[in-house]
Amino acid sequence: MMLELDRINAGYGQAQVLRDFSLNVSPGEILCLLGRNGAGKTTTMQAIMGLVPLMSGAVRLEGQDISRLPPHKIPQAGVAYIPQGRRLFTGLTVAQNLEVGLRTRGHGKDTLEEVLELFPRLRERMDQRAETLSGGEQQMLATARALCLKPKALLLDEPTEGLQPSMIEAIRRVIVKMRNAGVAILLVEQRVDAVLEVADRVAFIENGRNGATMGAEALRADHTIVDRYIGV
Amino acid sequence: MELGPYILLASLEGAVSAAVLALTAVGLSLVFGVMRVVNIAHGEFFMLGAVIAWFVAQSLGGHPAIGFTAALIVAPLLVGAIAVVADLAILKRIAYDPERTIVATIGLLYIIQQVTLMTYGPEARPVEAPFNQRIALPWFEFGDNGLEFYYPWGLSTTSYKLAVIAAAATVLAGVWLLMTRSRAGLLMRATQADRDMALAFGIPVERVYALVFGFGAALAALGAVLVVPIQQAHYLMGADPLLLSFIVVIIGGLGSLPGTLVAAILIGLSDGIISVFFSPTLAKILATLLVGLVLVFRPQGLFGTRAA
Repeated sequence: MMLELDRINAGYGQAQVLRDFSLNVSPGEILCLLGRNGAGKTTTMQAIMGLVPLMSGAVRLEGQDISRLPPHKIPQAGVAYIPQGRRLFTGLTVAQNLEVGLRTRGHGKDTLEEVLELFPRLRERMDQRAETLSGGEQQMLATARALCLKPKALLLDEPTEGLQPSMIEAIRRVIVKMRNAGVAILLVEQRVDAVLEVADRVAFIENGRNGATMGAEALRADHTIVDRYIGV
Repeated sequence: MELGPYILLASLEGAVSAAVLALTAVGLSLVFGVMRVVNIAHGEFFMLGAVIAWFVAQSLGGHPAIGFTAALIVAPLLVGAIAVVADLAILKRIAYDPERTIVATIGLLYIIQQVTLMTYGPEARPVEAPFNQRIALPWFEFGDNGLEFYYPWGLSTTSYKLAVIAAAATVLAGVWLLMTRSRAGLLMRATQADRDMALAFGIPVERVYALVFGFGAALAALGAVLVVPIQQAHYLMGADPLLLSFIVVIIGGLGSLPGTLVAAILIGLSDGIISVFFSPTLAKILATLLVGLVLVFRPQGLFGTRAA
């Protein structure tokens, strides 16, 4: 198991969001987390990154408990995060944003080249400030910044939100490429149809608790399960 | 003497206060920009710099240059170290909560002030300048023989004052290079842009905060060491730099380095000129009025970007 959440309880101050929530993602697998708004999808990702403190439970990466580490050590262990809304370092150029990503785990020029292979468009924008990019380019940069870690596990929170179809396709291709390279991928996405195309397994989350977990095949065959958890 | 030489004289005095103010305000601006906290004790770090400079110069003796040079190194380092300790011991414990930080730094202000009163005492004491030649300045007039230069009585400055301006400009250029070109600057600016994402990319944010707080305090202390041969060290001297730094930082745009610089020059020069021709109080009144106008018509400051 690459990434494992073991009965975690987490929340903001007094407000508990996640209750005994468990999850596991294997290397080379895309696990999609589905649930209604406010079910705790983003909180799950922030809890993995140590940005929301755990009340109990553990997060393990390759069997190592990373939830006891200070937050800045978690990415250094090999977990990369592509947050909702991109959250680039504004005021910094594209090159500087990528440099922050490269420094996280001490990677150099070779890694930068590999990442720019995936997103050639960024190469032309290296000296531009991050906030001046188009929405699609910003998502490319957020993804590229995370890939600069050469992560073992990759967390994507709504990566295709507000993007044009061509851009969604580009992001999707990169996600699949990462899976084939053996990265464990945890994906949160609102657009169920887009998810079912790439996901290997789907886990449902409901009010911070575990719902069913099943193969994506089963959902493609029987769509009613999705409707029950997500509602229409 | 006609008006021209007076204005030159006032501008020079203003340039000295602008230089010192720029150092102090950039320190405050860095702390606010990166850490998003308001440091009310900033003026006391300035005062500590001046007082420590006096202690250092006093204990060394010999030629004034020896004591002053030592103070120039020791005071900013020591004040920076005190600020780092204050950050780790107080601000980190209250999780940099904006409101609680204001109250905590008010407390810090009184502690520093009273400890200084109890140890250093209520006297104002000067530190001797390392060099202080009087430089007479020429003025020109159109006489019978065309353009003529002459030296009006009273139009002069000192080599030390010019050195203060040069030193401040050098240090500020260094700060700018540090922020834009160095690895530390990159980490600071990433932390400023998004604290959580900085953590998610392995930046030890708490360490960055402690260093920025120390660095900001050290800049204030450096400004104070530069000014103490002109102004004397006193335990209440921190109030004015604090007020003016806030004025500068608000006018320039919170967290904007170029804005802070431009505003420091604007406020410092006008403070000098208005103080010479009218009164220092009028200068403060006008500066505060300007802050009011900026807050009403351009709340993000002249160079600030609107908060997201």
